[in-house]
Amino acid sequence: MKPFDYQRLETPEHLGHVEAGRFLGGGTNLIDLMKHQIETPDVLVDVTRAGMDRIEERGDAVLIGSQVSNTDLASHPLIRRDYPVLSSALLSGATQQLRNKATTGGNLLQRTRCQYFYDTARACNKREPGSGCDALDGLNRFHAILGASENCIAVHPSDMAVAMAALGAVVVTRKRDGTEGRIPVTELHRLPGDRPDLDHVLDEGELIVAVELPASPPRLQSYRKVRDRSSYAFAVVSAAIALDLEDGHMRNLRIALGGVAHKPWRATKAEAMLEGKMPEAALFMEALEQEMADAEGHGHNDFKKILAPRVVVAMLRELTGLGGN
Amino acid sequence: MYPLMLTVNGTVHDVEIDPRRSLLDLVRETLGLKGPKKGCDHGQCGACTMIVNGRRINSCLSLAVTHEGDTVITVEGLSEAGELHPLQQAFIDKDALQCGFCTPGQLCSAAALVDEIREGLPSVVTGEVGVAMTNEEIRERMSGNLCRCGAYNNIVEAIRTVSGDKR
Repeated sequence: MKPFDYQRLETPEHLGHVEAGRFLGGGTNLIDLMKHQIETPDVLVDVTRAGMDRIEERGDAVLIGSQVSNTDLASHPLIRRDYPVLSSALLSGATQQLRNKATTGGNLLQRTRCQYFYDTARACNKREPGSGCDALDGLNRFHAILGASENCIAVHPSDMAVAMAALGAVVVTRKRDGTEGRIPVTELHRLPGDRPDLDHVLDEGELIVAVELPASPPRLQSYRKVRDRSSYAFAVVSAAIALDLEDGHMRNLRIALGGVAHKPWRATKAEAMLEGKMPEAALFMEALEQEMADAEGHGHNDFKKILAPRVVVAMLRELTGLGGN
Repeated sequence: MYPLMLTVNGTVHDVEIDPRRSLLDLVRETLGLKGPKKGCDHGQCGACTMIVNGRRINSCLSLAVTHEGDTVITVEGLSEAGELHPLQQAFIDKDALQCGFCTPGQLCSAAALVDEIREGLPSVVTGEVGVAMTNEEIRERMSGNLCRCGAYNNIVEAIRTVSGDKR
């Protein structure tokens, strides 16, 4: 690991007083990447003791401090009761050891990555811009089918962020000049385009202070993760769905997909086709096929174009009481 | 070098450390406790598992310098007054190991697991009604601890014995 200066942030208000550097939360991704010398920060700013570790219920929102651990968030009674899709997504990720350490903000800002990003003997535009992408013609079973570019087909591995995308969460930030930022979680991460080295839209030194969940979320919620092992494995495809059923009609429907793109993917085309309609299996499939119209496989991951719609359709059938498979 | 004070297995340590040093290296190299093992050093195998402030973590992925004031328990701290921890005895009784390299991490993980279940912390396989100590629960909750000898069945049985649930 390369040498670095270590600093602690006492409170978010002191952001302007510490050296600019990489923020350290639970470190479960960053420390690992520093050991590989893929991340080589000169300064680490430890934000775990800056008072951002509470979950607060406000009138119109639930505010989750960015340093609340994945375990504490997943097991919080309010989250278990009103936002079960989030609890379920969190518990689907990683291991108990990692969830105890990983934080809410850190989970969002873990690197979008694939095995070629870790392998310094291979070309990776995300690790080394301009070096190429060995995943395009390589082992790309886990890679993106939506929103990718010829420069990068890695996926964002978070389960939590997929659930937050379906819940309409907003990321609350603080910049070095003291101003506050508010970014919908669906707009926090970037698609790779020609800058796959950039994962997110935050400014240099901009700190995630909290994540805000809107109050009164849709009543029907579900998270499903398809993976190669039943525990401790990234999703091949995952989906988070939230909706209400009013007089038999689907309302406030939100569908987010994981494991298919460089960011949590809101299936807005499918949502628009289904909103206000009565549940119907054929309609579900039609909407999801529409969503997948632009999907592009790279060989080993072609199956995701079929799997992702099937996962969502199965979940919608279950949530709306259609049953069957 | 950075100053650090922390408590490991009840003993307070006051040290000066390189900020790059992991909690695992601090405990093994600086403090000389060789129970916790360095398996993968990347948070994948769980051999380095320690209990910090009541929660189990991968000590290889945690910088020691971030643990100012923390209370750490390693496998050496599980036994009390010369008596083996019930889980240690159960691992012996149920033959829950072969080479033993992963065992310190398995034991710390299992000790924390028993507390987590007592506390009612859910896992992804937990239903609405609360946690039952089933094989499925134990397997899910122990998925962060690999055993290359494949002693999993006996590890699960040892943990179930200690939890008091005989299903």
